[in-house]
Formats: sequence, C-alpha cells, structure tokens
Amino acid sequence: MAKQVGMEVGIAAAEAVGLCNIDMAAVYPITPQSHIAEHLSDIVADGRIDAEFVTVESEHTSISCVSGASATGARVYTATSSQGLMYMHEILPIVSAMRLPVVMGNANRAISGPINIWNDHSDIMPQRDAGWIVFFAESGQEVVDMTIQSFKIAEDNDVMLPVCLNMDGFQLTHTVELIEFPDQKEVDKFLPVRKPFATLHPDHPISMGTLGMPEIYAESRKSQDEALINSKKTIFKVWDEWEEMFGRRYKPVETYLAEDAEILLLTMGSMGETAEIAIDELRKKGMRVGLVKLRLWRPFPFEELKAVVKKAKLLIVTDRAVSFGGSGGPVFIEIKSALYHEKERPLVYNSIIGLGGRDVPVRDFVKLIEEAAKSGEKGIIKDYEYYGVRG
Amino acid sequence: MKKKKWPETWQEINPGCMVFEPASARGYHTGSWKAQRPVWDDSKCIKCGVCYIFCPEGCISQDDEGFFRADLDYCKGCGICAHECWPGAIKMVEEG
Repeated sequence: MAKQVGMEVGIAAAEAVGLCNIDMAAVYPITPQSHIAEHLSDIVADGRIDAEFVTVESEHTSISCVSGASATGARVYTATSSQGLMYMHEILPIVSAMRLPVVMGNANRAISGPINIWNDHSDIMPQRDAGWIVFFAESGQEVVDMTIQSFKIAEDNDVMLPVCLNMDGFQLTHTVELIEFPDQKEVDKFLPVRKPFATLHPDHPISMGTLGMPEIYAESRKSQDEALINSKKTIFKVWDEWEEMFGRRYKPVETYLAEDAEILLLTMGSMGETAEIAIDELRKKGMRVGLVKLRLWRPFPFEELKAVVKKAKLLIVTDRAVSFGGSGGPVFIEIKSALYHEKERPLVYNSIIGLGGRDVPVRDFVKLIEEAAKSGEKGIIKDYEYYGVRG
Repeated sequence: MKKKKWPETWQEINPGCMVFEPASARGYHTGSWKAQRPVWDDSKCIKCGVCYIFCPEGCISQDDEGFFRADLDYCKGCGICAHECWPGAIKMVEEG
C-alpha cells in the first residue's frame, strides 16, 4: 500500500531512488544536492538496498563512473547541482551519444559568478544541447514520481537515453512536503529489472564509444536526434502506465485556467505553484489569465505547447537564466522561434526572474502580469526584461 | 560481395555507434595515411626491440631470425621507431 509521509524533498528523492532497485550510484556531494547524496549513501550503507555507492573525487568522475557501470548493464543513478553539473559538461554529450540510460537528479542552483548557492536554472541551461531527456519537477510528489518514471523511460530499448530530472534547489529540495510513496511491490511491478540492449562483457566483446569518421559523424548525430525526438512516445506511454497504476496524471505541458485565457504566464519548476495563486487573484479581479507549466524541456513538446498558447493574446515567458547577448532567456528563445511559422500566435514577452535565489512571491507574479498586460495592450513589447532589477 | 566500410544512411547506424564485431578495426588500414615508411638495415640492428616497444600502432613484430619489421597495412609512418633506434638501424624512406 502507498503511504503518505511528511518528508524533505531531497531526502524523498533519495528514498525514491532506493525504491528503484539500482545496482550502483556515484554521487559527489554539492549544495543543494547534498541531502540526496548523503541520504542515498545512508540507504546503501544501512543495507536497505543491494547496491554499490562509489565515493568519487569529482563530478567529472561521478558521471563517468555511472556511465561505465551503465554500459555493463547496471541500473545507475547520480545527482548534482550548479558547478558540479558544469564540471560534468564534457561527459554529458558522450553519455547520450553512447545511448546509456543514466538517471541524474539536478538540484538547480545558480552558477558562479558571483558565487551563489541559491536557486535558478542557469546550471541546466548550458547543458541544453547535450542530448539528454530533461524534465522539470514542480513539487516533492513530482520529484518522487518522476525519479521512478525516469528509470523506466531511460532504459526502454526504444529510448536508451540519459534523463536529467531538475528540482529547484532549496525552494524544492529543502522543503518538507506531504508525499505519497508507492510501496516496493508496486514499484517493482512498474519498473522491472533492466533488460539492456547491449552490454560490455568479456564473453561477448563489443565496442562502445568508438571513433566516428567524417563519413559517418553526421549520420550518427542525425540518428541520435531522431532517438531523442522519438523518446516522446515512450515518455507518454510511461506516463499513461503511471496514471493507471498510481492515479496521478503527467503531461509535457501542464495548464491552469488556461483554456479561455487571453494572457498566459509560462513557468518551469517550483514557481508554478506560487504562480497559480497569483492567477487566482487576478481572475478574481476579472482578468482572463492562465498558467502554462513546462515539464518536458527536451525533447521540446512543440505541438502540445502550440495547442495550448495559440488562442491567447499575450504569452509571458519566465526565464530563470540569462543568455548573455542573446535575444532573451533560453526558454523564451525556444518558444518564440517555435511560434514563428504559426498563423495563430500570441505576442511573446520575456521576464528574467528569480535569479540566484531571489524569491518570487505571489505579489511579484501579479505585478509582472499586470505590467506586461498594459504594455501588451499598447503593443509595446520589449524583447526581454529583468523583473525587479534595481537601477 | 564487397563489404561496406560504413553505414550508408543514418537509419543503419547502430544505437550509440556500438560495434558488435570484435577487433573490426583490423579492417581499417591506417597504413594508407603514411608518407614515409621505415626500412631496417639488419647489419646495424642489435635486436634490442626498442622499435617494437615504442611503436604507437603496435604494428612492429619480430621475424623468425629475430629482426624487426613493420606491418605496412597499419604503419602510419610516424617515424618514432627510427627516432628511438639508437644504433641507427632504421631509416624513414619516402613513399611512392
């Protein structure tokens, strides 16, 4: 039977991994991911699961280590944050190109400098083109559910790609939430033992991670791109199975009061829950506003997003990372270019918000939407603005 | 039928570019890259094996009489053997 417990989300992430029958994990602790690393090593050290926990000296090694183990057919997990993810950067595209189903939790934290340990999305955005499946969780329940789902998606032989599950550092990882945990039998039924497509074994020698000459490099990139796009089918299938077993529905693009909305706000990650309250307040004032929450960042859910936003007059995209010298934040750039060929499309406004742990309370969302609506009416839309920046 | 050297289309690429045939790199003759080839003067060779140890391709081996020769299918002509051979028994000679 599933049970409900009040638990810190970082600890809950480790508990979820503990339910997934992993063979090994290699995690280098870094704030705000540390509680995942500590608690997972506790779970292994206490003998609660039969797995190896490899204490590595860096994130470059943790990701390399889990990749090697994954190539032997093991079910593997790692987790990181910020500079740790940046240090993994060299290896990330190799993991996806080798089609290794590594699952990684990322407790989102700003990148240096100035040095900052608090939450935004500037760590994951530079990894955008690494070829991973990238999810954003909004709540503790989603962190637990999506951790378990991630293994099933990654290891499906129609996918064979690594998954990065983003959870906002502190705002989410250090919050105590009421979370429903499935029991071990249910998880075992949902997530059977990995059946790898191919493994490194001395009795059956094969080569992984080979040289690709100019004659095949382009073809190999195309096949990897197709694999990532194609993974959407399996993601949706796994989400259907999850709903059937556990009753919670997952979609690539979630909406809140969006159907008849003239103005839409778009968020990724934990900000969505606060934004819902702002939407309620503005609805009471008679504004036709709604919320769009992006759960799947890669492969990008183009059709699903277009269907949700096409009727709106104004779409306010929030970004929690800066693309210096670009045309806006990374989420905005993606969405604006996705809508370019559409006949029916809203004006798109970009607000860079919640950088380096700056809180975004309800009143800020209200103010942001009201101000954007005003300039939207006048038809004046700047490319992007830093919300609430002084000076 | 002539065996294909590489997949024609992206659909034929194995997932992760995995290679399921062990030691298939043997079929790729890197010797075609070379501009120079090593030639041994056996009268100077003391059979010390330094060339064999230093060859980065592992393409040098000993013949029945104990002298060394490079497998020219794989020798890239880098000249490391000639550089390391202290009795001066190896000369690099222009190809073609």
